[in-house]
Amino acid sequence: MSIFVYLTIYASLIIFFVTVMYKITDYLKKPLHVRWELYPVAHEGKKTSYGGGYLEETDWWDKPRPKSRLGELKVMIPEILFLKAVWENNRKLWYASFPFHFGLYLCTMFMALLGFASIGMLLGLSKGSLILSVVFAITNLCGPAGFILSIAGAAGLFYKRLTDPTLKDYSTFEHFFNLGLFIVTMTFALLTWLLVDPNFNVSRQFATNLISFNLVPIGSSLLSIQMVLIAILLAYIPLTHMSHFFMKYFLYHDIRWGDAPNIDSPSTNAKIGIVLNYPVTWAAPHIAGHGKSTWAEVATFNPTADAEEKKE
Amino acid sequence: MSKTKDSLKINDVSKDTEKLASVDPEDLMPLPGEFEEGPWGEIPAETREKYACILDDTCILPIPLPKTKAEEDDLVRKFLSGMEKLFSKENNWTFEPMLETSMEHCAKCNTCAEACHLYEASGRHDMYRPLYRSEIFRRIYKKYIKKESLSDWRNGPIDLNWRTVARLGELAYRCNICRRCAQTCPIGVDNALIAREIRKIFSQEMGIATPELHDKGSMLQLKVGSSTSMNGLVAKDNVQFIDEEFSEETGYEFSTPWDVEGADILLIHNAGEILAWPENIAAFSIIFQAAGLSYTLSSDLAAYDSINYGVFYDDVQFARTAILQAQAAKKLGVKKIILGECGHAHKALTVIADRVLPPGLQIPRESYLPTLRDIVLKDKIKLDPTRNNFPVTLHDPCNLTRLMGIIKPQRDIIKKICPQFREMHPHGPFNYCCGGGSGYAIMSRNTIPEWRAKISGRKKLEQICNAFSECRGPEEKYVAAPCSNCKGQLRDMFERYGLLEKEGLKYGGLVELVVNAMVDVKPGFISWEEE
Repeated sequence: MSIFVYLTIYASLIIFFVTVMYKITDYLKKPLHVRWELYPVAHEGKKTSYGGGYLEETDWWDKPRPKSRLGELKVMIPEILFLKAVWENNRKLWYASFPFHFGLYLCTMFMALLGFASIGMLLGLSKGSLILSVVFAITNLCGPAGFILSIAGAAGLFYKRLTDPTLKDYSTFEHFFNLGLFIVTMTFALLTWLLVDPNFNVSRQFATNLISFNLVPIGSSLLSIQMVLIAILLAYIPLTHMSHFFMKYFLYHDIRWGDAPNIDSPSTNAKIGIVLNYPVTWAAPHIAGHGKSTWAEVATFNPTADAEEKKE
Repeated sequence: MSKTKDSLKINDVSKDTEKLASVDPEDLMPLPGEFEEGPWGEIPAETREKYACILDDTCILPIPLPKTKAEEDDLVRKFLSGMEKLFSKENNWTFEPMLETSMEHCAKCNTCAEACHLYEASGRHDMYRPLYRSEIFRRIYKKYIKKESLSDWRNGPIDLNWRTVARLGELAYRCNICRRCAQTCPIGVDNALIAREIRKIFSQEMGIATPELHDKGSMLQLKVGSSTSMNGLVAKDNVQFIDEEFSEETGYEFSTPWDVEGADILLIHNAGEILAWPENIAAFSIIFQAAGLSYTLSSDLAAYDSINYGVFYDDVQFARTAILQAQAAKKLGVKKIILGECGHAHKALTVIADRVLPPGLQIPRESYLPTLRDIVLKDKIKLDPTRNNFPVTLHDPCNLTRLMGIIKPQRDIIKKICPQFREMHPHGPFNYCCGGGSGYAIMSRNTIPEWRAKISGRKKLEQICNAFSECRGPEEKYVAAPCSNCKGQLRDMFERYGLLEKEGLKYGGLVELVVNAMVDVKPGFISWEEE
């Protein structure tokens, strides 16, 4: 049984990272797309405060266009940590969505701290050392708080999707399954903490065994079930719409804030050259049937020109 | 029986009913003041016989009504064929990454709904949820194109038949593509883009588009040079006439230069201004001449009309028009293109064309607003703000503000020359669409004007009334709308409700306010007299 648990965790980690990398590389491999930015663009420096951008300047192509990474962080941090957009635009949902997401952040931190302490101990750090004492203390806070908040948030979202007429028709079996999976997993984590592992020493030992490939018996069936459920969750999340937790980076940075102009950039021009030579197979009469097969040919062809001009 | 505002389900879209939904005029968002709304008018019988008018009380996209089962099946087949192409990098390199991410990552939280002026104006009718249209599209995509296993369970069921397709096409024309919904999405999903992409399937694959945007729009522009039907010669003639008329009227002698090789600037107007708002053309010419700018207009095909309706429905038509405009600039050897008061033309040529124009045609392009700001703030022309001493508010065209981040120049100008300026709320990048966005301002078939007033323009009308809340009544007021399309929408709304008479409301561009304040021009360039 224990071996099965360890192998499930290893498999889920592999699935998680392979899926995440696949989705990221799949996006990065996409051809050049047109600009479709949406203001306020966070990196426009002082102009961001009122939603402006570099196009407010005459001859903007001759002027510096500094990108404020700090400005992006100022938007992304409250957005990621506190779901600012939901707070501002959908307050009722925020009361369930925020605890759910923040609980998951705490759970992620909890797992990271378990891993950190395990590696530390494997490297010889003493359990009584100051650094591990601090890590243990934070772990003891993050774990239970994360479990409770994510259960409460997931239950709140489950209830809202079940009862709120504005959400009901848009909620599918998958929504309920996902939220249910979170509730069950986090409930088992909470029970393990309450009944088996109040200081997370057993969990930390499990993490140490996992990292050192020391596949010894786990000793707690409750912890085993918890770990299998976490493994399922970990592998499952990036396969669903919840992959927005990392794909949101591209939705914001490449699309919403993707305002980089092409000022005779050799790399952009090379990409334009590639896409303009893509074949076009749209079937409408104003596109098809004129013997033009690439974007470059179609875009420079005038379907309204008379027969003589068409021959040219 | 059509569905009321809160009883509409996603799968109702496929049902065999005469129409899917109807917004009860009683449910419409109330306006500040007395604005009487009657019941919806009837769509003409011949339109109903010919086209699939089965969504609501309006019929915008002329989808031929299938008469046989084979025609019904053909409509579905063609739609799916187009949808498949929409998700191929070759056919849709322009927008596929944005579309696919919007398909995959929506949490279906409906946060977008409250941001949508159509949803609010309709009295929060379910049909106007940005997600309603997107969700139908998403379910079809997941089941029939992506062929996800257990799709019905994962994404929800969808019954795909000809009614689903026809209603989805029409639903794509119940959105102004203002992207206010996208702005509020915590994840970055863009429901407005989905509406635009649905329009593309119909146009680019099925050959179905609104006549105003396609046959009388982009195709006419490619054929004669402008959607106004004016060829280059006629446009030049008309502008020459404008020069003469307004030179006399203003006492300021000016002439608009055409086809001047080596000029610094190619100025491209929305040619609709020449016919509908000649004072706007005159104002630009007066200001540019007074400021001593080296500029020219071009009489080349499509280069004297900045419109690019492809932005609203068709990437191929978009690319064709943008390339013609850039070619004209290259031919004249100008240093840059400046776009006049037309929002979508700004966005089209400055931003979207940025990664479409090949090397050699990448002539720098910018809005007229920064140049005008420099002229006004650096006192290149003499201005007397007391000539504009009447209440003024500013409408922010979505394309200029939310989609391009041009917010401050117009405010710098208006604050300098209009002592009684006041903002609408919200404004800047968070503005509301005028209601004419994405092509409706030029549409007046069947009940479309009613829809534009009752639903799409309602929120803007509320904003305008509120901006002048302390001076309601016939006192003269001015709504500066620096966009031809927005002016078209305001014109029709103001006429419908008699707002010039009742509220003293006049709309117009920003350049008109500048010329109205010019010391070298006779007073009274802006007039409240009925034309």
